[in-house]
This record gives sequence, C-alpha cells and structure tokens, in this order.
Amino acid sequence: MATDAITTLRAETASLPFVVRLHEWVTTVDHKRLGIMYIVYALVFLMIGGVEAAIMRIQLIRPHNNFVSPEVFNQMFTMHGTTMIFFVIMPMLFGFANYLVPLMIGARDMAFPRLNAFSFWLTAFGGILLYFSFLGANGLYGNGTAPDVGWFAYAPLTSRTFSLGHSTDFWTLSLLISGFGSIGTAVNIIATIFCMRCPGMTLAKMPLLAWLNLVMAVLVILAISPLSAAQIMLAVDRYLGGHFFDTQAGGSAVIWMHFFWIFGHPEVYVLVIPAFAFVSEIVPVFSRKAIFGYPVMVAATVCIAFISMSVWAHHMFTVGMNANANTFFVLSTMAIAVPTGIKIFNWLATMWGGKIHFKTPMLFCIGFLFQFLIAGLTGIMLSAAPFTWHLGNSYFVVAHFHYVIVGAILFATFGAFYYWFPKMSGKMYNETLGKLHFWLFLIGFHLTFDFMHVPGLLGMPRRIYTYEPGRGWDTLNLIVTIGVFFQAAGILVFVANLLWSYFHGETVGSDPWDAWTLEWSTSSPPPAYNFAIIPEVRSRRPLWDLKHPEDPDWKYE
Amino acid sequence: MSTQPALISDANITWDLPQRGRVGMYCLISAESAIFTIFVVAYLFYVGKSLTGPMPRDVLHAPIFFTICLLSSSLTIHLAVRSLKRAKVGGFALLWFLTLALGATFLAGTAREWHRLIYDEGLTIQTNLFGTTYYSLVGLHAFHVTIGLLGITTVLLFALLGYVRQEHAERVDVLALYWHFVDAVWVVVFTVVYVIGR
Repeated sequence: MATDAITTLRAETASLPFVVRLHEWVTTVDHKRLGIMYIVYALVFLMIGGVEAAIMRIQLIRPHNNFVSPEVFNQMFTMHGTTMIFFVIMPMLFGFANYLVPLMIGARDMAFPRLNAFSFWLTAFGGILLYFSFLGANGLYGNGTAPDVGWFAYAPLTSRTFSLGHSTDFWTLSLLISGFGSIGTAVNIIATIFCMRCPGMTLAKMPLLAWLNLVMAVLVILAISPLSAAQIMLAVDRYLGGHFFDTQAGGSAVIWMHFFWIFGHPEVYVLVIPAFAFVSEIVPVFSRKAIFGYPVMVAATVCIAFISMSVWAHHMFTVGMNANANTFFVLSTMAIAVPTGIKIFNWLATMWGGKIHFKTPMLFCIGFLFQFLIAGLTGIMLSAAPFTWHLGNSYFVVAHFHYVIVGAILFATFGAFYYWFPKMSGKMYNETLGKLHFWLFLIGFHLTFDFMHVPGLLGMPRRIYTYEPGRGWDTLNLIVTIGVFFQAAGILVFVANLLWSYFHGETVGSDPWDAWTLEWSTSSPPPAYNFAIIPEVRSRRPLWDLKHPEDPDWKYE
Repeated sequence: MSTQPALISDANITWDLPQRGRVGMYCLISAESAIFTIFVVAYLFYVGKSLTGPMPRDVLHAPIFFTICLLSSSLTIHLAVRSLKRAKVGGFALLWFLTLALGATFLAGTAREWHRLIYDEGLTIQTNLFGTTYYSLVGLHAFHVTIGLLGITTVLLFALLGYVRQEHAERVDVLALYWHFVDAVWVVVFTVVYVIGR
C-alpha cells in the first residue's frame, strides 16, 4: 500500500547522516521543504526583531533612561521595522503559501520549482545582508553600522551627506534583493494557481486560502516592483551621484515618499490578506460549518486589493498636499473599510449557530477578529486628514499599525501554525502549552498596545529616544514595557511547544481536525509527490463529499 | 479510509489549463511594467526641473532609424516563431538571427548616442536631473534589451546546433513575448523622452 511505502521512505530518510540530510534541504526544490525553510527563517528573524523591540521598550520604560545610546536606538527602530516587515511576516506568509497552495489545489509542486528555490535563497541572502551591516557597514569612513534612517528611509536622510559609510546601502541592496525574491515567489504562486489546479477545481471551487494568496501575489507584483524601482533610484543617487532625491539639484524628497508609500500601503494588504486566508480556513473547520458567503469573500478581497492601490498618500497627510488630494485619499481610505467590514461579518456569520470548538487555532482566530476590528476602527480615525494632522507620527499611529500587524496578522499566523503543525510535522502540538501561549500573548499584547494609544493621544512622538518626566507618559510607558515581557514569555512557550511536540508529540493521522480541504487527504507529513493519484474534485469541500457521499456539497453549490 | 481521494470517477471533466510559461511571463511583464511606470513617472515629474544645462531639446535627437530596427524585430521574431510552429527550422533560424541583428543594431544605436552625449555634449548621470532621469530610464530599457538579446542568442546557438525543433515552439514563444514587451516599452520611453520630454 502507498502508506507503507511512505513510512519506509521516511524511516530511511531519518537514518541518513546529518550532512546528507542538510545537503538535501539546501538543494531542495520541493515546495514543502522550501515552505518550512521560509517559516523557520522567519521565526529566527522574529526572535531577532523581537529582541530589538524589547531593547526599545526597555529604553523607554522610564524618563531619562540610558539603556542604549541614541545612535543604537535609531538603529533598533530601523532594523526592527525592516526586519519584521520584510524578513519575518513576508517570508512567514510565503512559507505558508508555498506549503499549502499546491496541496490545497491538488498539485504535486509549484509551477516553477527551481524559481521557487531561487526566490527563497534571494530572500535569505537579503536578510543576511541586512544583518551583515552590523559588521560590514563601517566602510572606509568609519561611520555608521546598521541602517538608522527609519524603515521608510525618507530623503534626504539617505543621501551621502547625511548617511556616511554604507549603512543605507546595506538597507537598499538587501531590500532590492529580497524584493526580487518576493516577485519570483509571487509569479510562482500565480502560475501555480492558474496552471496547476487538479481536475474539477475551477476558480470558483478553490479553497479561499488559494484565492486570497492569488490576490496577495498580484499585490506583491504591483507593490514590490515600485519599491524595487525606488531602491534602484536610491542606489543611483548614492553610488553614481544621481539627483533623484537630491533637493540641492532640484530633486524632490517628497517623490521618495510617494514611491515608498505606493509600495507601502498595498504592502499592508500583502501582509493581511494571507492572514485573512488563514482565518477563512480555520474558522469554518472549528465552527463545523461551511464558510459563509464564499463569493462575497472573494469579491471583497479583490475589492480590497483594488482600493489599496489608491490610498497610499494617507501616510502623507502631514507632509502637506492640496485639498483635492487630501479629500481623495481620505475618501478612498475610508472606502476600504467597507469590503473589510464585509469580511468580518462573514466570519462572524460562519461562527453564528456553529458548533464552535475552542482549540488553540480557533482561539487565535477569535483574538484576530476582535483585534482586527479595533485596528480597523483606529484606522478609520486616522484616515480623516485633520485627525492625522494632530496625531501623525505619534505613538497613536504606532499603536494602530501594531494592532494590525501583531493583533491581526501575527495572531492569525499563530493560529495557522497550530492548525497546520500536525500536517507539517505529523505530530500533534500540546494543547495546554498552546492555550498558555494564547493567554500570555493576549495579555501581553493588550498591555502593550492598548496602553500605547494613550501617550500618543497625549502627544508622545514616535521614534523618540527619551522623554521628560511629568507629562503623564511615565506610568503608561511602564505598562507598555511590562506587556513586552508577557509577549516574550508567550513566544518562548510557543517555540518550546513547537520543539517539544516535534520530538515527543502524539503522532496524528492524515486528518486530525476532520477538515474538508485537499491537504488533509494526504499523509502527515505529505510525501514528496503530495498525491499518489491526482485528486478530482466537484465542490469547495472535497473531503466533505468523500466523508458524506449521501449529502455531498456539489449538489448545492 | 484510504489515503488518496478518488473523489469522482463518474464525471468526465474536460480540463484545460493555460500554459505555465505564458502565465509566468505575463506576471513578470506586469512586474516589469510597474518598475518602468515608476521610472517614467520620475522622468515626467522632473521634465524641465534641471537647474543647469544641457537641456533635452539642445542635445537629444530622436533615433528614428534605430527605433524602426527595434520595432521591426518584433515582426521578425513573430514570423520566426510562426515558422517554427510550422516545422520550418531553417526559416526559424534565419528570422531569429535577423531579430538578433536588429536588436543588436538598436543597442549599438543607444551606445552611440550615449557616447555622443557623454563626450561631445558633456551630459553624464551626475550633470543634472535630466542626466539622472535620462540615463536611468533609457539605461533600464537598454538593460532589458541586453537580457532579451542574451536569451535570443542562447536560443540561436541551440538552433544552430540543431536542438530546436517544432515541439519547442511554445517555449520559444514565451521568450518572444518578453521581446514584444521590450519593444512596447520602447514606444513608451521614446514618447516620453523624445516627444514629451523635449
């Protein structure tokens, strides 16, 4: 039987010497191994980025603190932002997309396996290059180490005059390289979804995860490319003496802002749409109901992607644009709340009347729902230009986007970790540790980011090195920093859970959740070829059809 | 339960999916278009904003002949792929070589223009905003022409060694798609640099 062959194969693989196995991983073109490599790589950078955040928070724990120097503080917020966006969340989501999309659409691999490996190694090299700046960016002038210009690197801070040495060059080149990796992955995801679906799986029968990752990949192509173009211009300015962002020669600092945010805002949706995808897969399975409003979910996602291309300048209300531009970007930004709201109601309606199982993945998804709602509400507040004139570049903004990135995206990603961990490892995670992780992280998250809104409202600017006592910020900053330790404890429990369960967890079968999509039809972990026989499907829930031949879905869709 | 789902055996599904090479190339072209868009926007934004000379109208002359070369190479590559689809390998190799020659002529034209601008007119990428945006945009395009020519040369070598046959027409067509894109971008660059920007 096929399963016996697979078990034998695994036993043989496990007994191979370490060097041989390492060589297999380094030279692999298997989408599952590359997916896991993306995820592990992202977890390593999550630790690094988290330590950088903790250093900033310890510096801000009380007024007039001197935990690190101002120069190091600047490097910390720059590296924290760049790392978390480009080398944690994006590779993490690409890893899940790589692993899950071919399995969910019944394919044996991505459309271009070698391009897939190439993209991964580009991204990996980009991250290593960024961190090599700590050692190598001194340059001939003995100036600067790590990049310290902020994660959006406004001109003229990035010009040769103000950024001596090579710190900004490391930033530019690492993002350019990893950007090419991202574009390669996006091309691959789109080609996979269009060209590799199993027989019967029309676009309207794809799992929502595949749909949402398709939209994400389109956004990557449309958003990362402008960033690459802007990075090329910056490199021309710095290396060849060009004048794109050189105001002394008639260049414009504002056009960098436009180019950066034309990338920057769609990027938010590049990050959040795969998080929506996880929630759209997990919520139905743990509510024991089919997803509510599948076509509307797809339409809302496409709609979000369209609108997200036209909202970038809401990051620039404080720069000073004319009234027409302000009005346009206020309205387009507010409009994006409509499709997003539709999605929230659809997830709620999926849960409504369902038999909800409060397992760890579902807990994280419920956390996601409420926190994403609050993040959206502060987003609507900030979309009003007059409001941003008061609170732009304050800790209110920092709290808002961390609510999106941590409260929504990271929570959904943790849910995805627990949900697909049995599939990827063949072992069940420890439910008690999972719940402990959830509660620690939930408490830490709310201590940090709920209270972070208030100093922002009281006028505390972002990226500030230290502050005067007696402005009403002291206690709040102390609470914010205390929350960080809860979050760190949660992360440690999470990593411990993953490692312990991988080695000692209970072995699970192919379908521990009684789920409905194709990845659960093959063994855990899946064999290299995924499916011995390419499946054929008739509905959005092929495994439901298989388990309930008397009442299959395709009769109703 | 069996590990493999044999979910439907009764339905006869006709299943026809697009060729992955074409879809991949369309995606790459979209990404490249976005990159070019940013450079074009920068060029148009900085038209007339240079603080010092030389100015575009003083030094730029529209390269009509080389433009005709590049655009007609789109026709030859199309005819080449059509020959291959009809199993005329000899005709394919000839037309393919013609494409290479036309593309190389265009690139030589760009090189000559740059030589003249740098040594006769004193315009470098450092001179002014016009120099920065001009060399970046035209250079980005020339870079894409170079990549295309490398691809075309590779296929030509394979063709001369007799490895290219009728069944490869679909794959060669993907490279032709990229070449058409490079030509189409030149229409935009030409309009922006030599018509609007002057």
